[in-house]
Amino acid sequence: MKHLLSTQDLSARNALRLLDVAEEMSAVGEREIKKLPALRGRTVVNLFFEDSTRTRISFEAAAKRLSADVINFAAKGSSVSKGESLKDTAQTLEAMSADAVVIRHPASGAPARLAASGWIDAAVVNAGDGTHEHPTQALLDAFTLRRHWARIGGGPSAGTTLAGMKVLIVGDVLHSRVARSNVWLLTTLGAEVLLAGPPTLLPIGVGSWPCTVYYNLDDALAQRPDAVMMLRLQAERMNAAFFPSTREYSRRWGFDDGRLALLDTMGLHDTVIMHPGPMNRGLEISSAAADSPRSTVLAQVRNGVSVRMAALYLLLSGDHHDEQDGEMHDELPATTPEGRIK
Amino acid sequence: MTTNTSTLPEYLIVGASIAGGAPQDLLVRDGVLAAVGPSAAADASAAAITIDAEGLVALPGMVDLHTHLREPGREDAETVETGSRAAALGGFTAVHAMANSSPVADTAGVVEQVYRLGLASGWVEVRPVGAVTVGLGGERLAELGAMAESRASVRVFSDDGVCVSDPVLMRRALEYVKAFDGVVAQHAQEPRLTEGAQMNEGDVSAVLGLTGWPAVAEESIIARDVLLAQHVGSRLHVCHVSTAGSVEIIRWAKARGIDVTAEVTPHHLLLTDELVRSYDPVYKVNPPLRTSDDVHALRAALADGTIDVVGTDHAPHPSEHKECEWAQAAMGMTGLETALSVVQHTMVETGLLDWEGFARVTSVAPARIGRLAHQGRPLATGEPANLILVDPAARWTVDPATMATKGRNSPFRGLELPGSVRATFYGGHPTVLDGRLATPRPAAGPATAQEAPAWSI
Repeated sequence: MKHLLSTQDLSARNALRLLDVAEEMSAVGEREIKKLPALRGRTVVNLFFEDSTRTRISFEAAAKRLSADVINFAAKGSSVSKGESLKDTAQTLEAMSADAVVIRHPASGAPARLAASGWIDAAVVNAGDGTHEHPTQALLDAFTLRRHWARIGGGPSAGTTLAGMKVLIVGDVLHSRVARSNVWLLTTLGAEVLLAGPPTLLPIGVGSWPCTVYYNLDDALAQRPDAVMMLRLQAERMNAAFFPSTREYSRRWGFDDGRLALLDTMGLHDTVIMHPGPMNRGLEISSAAADSPRSTVLAQVRNGVSVRMAALYLLLSGDHHDEQDGEMHDELPATTPEGRIK
Repeated sequence: MTTNTSTLPEYLIVGASIAGGAPQDLLVRDGVLAAVGPSAAADASAAAITIDAEGLVALPGMVDLHTHLREPGREDAETVETGSRAAALGGFTAVHAMANSSPVADTAGVVEQVYRLGLASGWVEVRPVGAVTVGLGGERLAELGAMAESRASVRVFSDDGVCVSDPVLMRRALEYVKAFDGVVAQHAQEPRLTEGAQMNEGDVSAVLGLTGWPAVAEESIIARDVLLAQHVGSRLHVCHVSTAGSVEIIRWAKARGIDVTAEVTPHHLLLTDELVRSYDPVYKVNPPLRTSDDVHALRAALADGTIDVVGTDHAPHPSEHKECEWAQAAMGMTGLETALSVVQHTMVETGLLDWEGFARVTSVAPARIGRLAHQGRPLATGEPANLILVDPAARWTVDPATMATKGRNSPFRGLELPGSVRATFYGGHPTVLDGRLATPRPAAGPATAQEAPAWSI
């Protein structure tokens, strides 16, 4: 892998490699000294054209745990807000010898543009672009799901897939980069994906996606999903006639207390509730659901650091095995040159 | 007067296949085809310059109803001079310059300025298009009559780039231009359905997360406009038709006898929205690239006459407007220097059109719609010498860096295409010879000190 731009073009082999390396990275996070020397002397730039404290600090923690130098470049208050183009910003970072650029951008495709333009040599990591993709979010979701699935199965998660798992994604799919990345990645890993939401918030063209679409959340829940992922409802959608009112949205597509109780009634004791955050409590998810033992919200945040460590490590370690054919999960790479993980 | 024109060189074109027919000779003298056929060689004077046209197809000079020459206002993107050089190289002898300049071509003053720049350049006939509404604002009619009666004698009116979406205003414009045999060329795009639109709405936009530009936004306006044109008995031209559904509506309208003509761009005849997966803004255009089904419907419609003309929608942009994120990038592609090749590739080599048909859609029909009496004429004795010589067997690779247009935003870059324009004669003067720019047609000489009105070229 030279870049991590989307999950649609991520092979099963590379996806599993990322998740398996993330397992090893997560072990680092449990040690007293949470730091590896793997990326010492390398520079990671967090180039954020959109506010996102959560994603940025997750990438920052990941890079720092790998001993990389981290530069945070926020568009607000920088030359970008004075009209500097993406090209000039990229070339500036190139001149500063950035090894990796983690980019968050409101325009779909901006990371792909950066990677393909020749403006910069650095590895490009998409940290969320417009309504296109958010691959590291999907990887951390898959990581969380895989651990859950492995725990139910009673085995270790490393090397396993999501085969047999049923994941329901609920809400504003149209504008959600999280949903897109998850649809591709979870199906690549063998899960069955269901979508539920108002027809106005499902894209024209969703029929060609590898998933089943429901307009009624309760019909979708009746399919007995193993995980329910609630998408954030963006404030700007509320006044654009996508649905009549937030109360109606909440009643029809919110994960409320009634639906939380329904999971128990249906005997779905192992079904987890996910949310990429930040949550609109009382809108797409009730407080009781968000705080219930089924909720993986905090585990998702924790796993985000491990997954981003894995991504940065694999992109910058110079270990380019992805072009080869082979088994989906052949032998794990030595996760650090120094062998310091175990 | 004869002393002035008789000093112009004579050209004897030997062995050209007129629109794909048997090889013939053509004698170009004093701006007209002095002889066509066996008598041409006999009629030629000793000083006549002979052009060997063996293997070349002679066609009437192409007429483009749809270009953006950017002058006045965006001379960094294109000027009348550079755009008309590109046109001559592309095989055009007349181009219409859309009104979305800065200032907008919504007064007699601006259209006369553009017209005069065209005369001064001398590479092709430049016909300004007048704006339908003041400043393209869509609120009140521009002085259409003043533009029609100006020296530019505007006949085509368009707010291209913006749709005349107000149905009452559109009705009035259609009615009003009847007074001077004008035509309203509509950019069919329902504005509310396309707010923030970035690409065709469909399978690809769903994956890319780019705001969709649905086919219905084009089709609903065309449906409304053909009914309005029928109601008020006016002439309507639909710019850059891009969807299979639009084709069906236009076919229906023509069957009902509605006076509607339609245009398709070369890029919509060849490219699809799959190219947007690269997020490369060179593929960003309005209306957007559609699907393969649409492309095939457009080709079939051009072949059967449902779509009347090819218009390039040549839209040069400075590189900084394309070297950026998709959403920030400008819409538009260059097209003047690739149009002939793309149409040959998509229509002639597929057997959908012969060269006669090619001449119809690239010259005869657009000249008729634009009311250019001296363009799009048959290549026959006594006709104005607006013609091109094309080598249909040539193959070339598109390299935007070598083009005459200032725009480098060609979506065909790197493609190998057939067909090359070897010579362009504009009013009897060779603007292109041996596939390269020759000299512009001199502006009217002392004997015709008064600028010739547009229709007398």
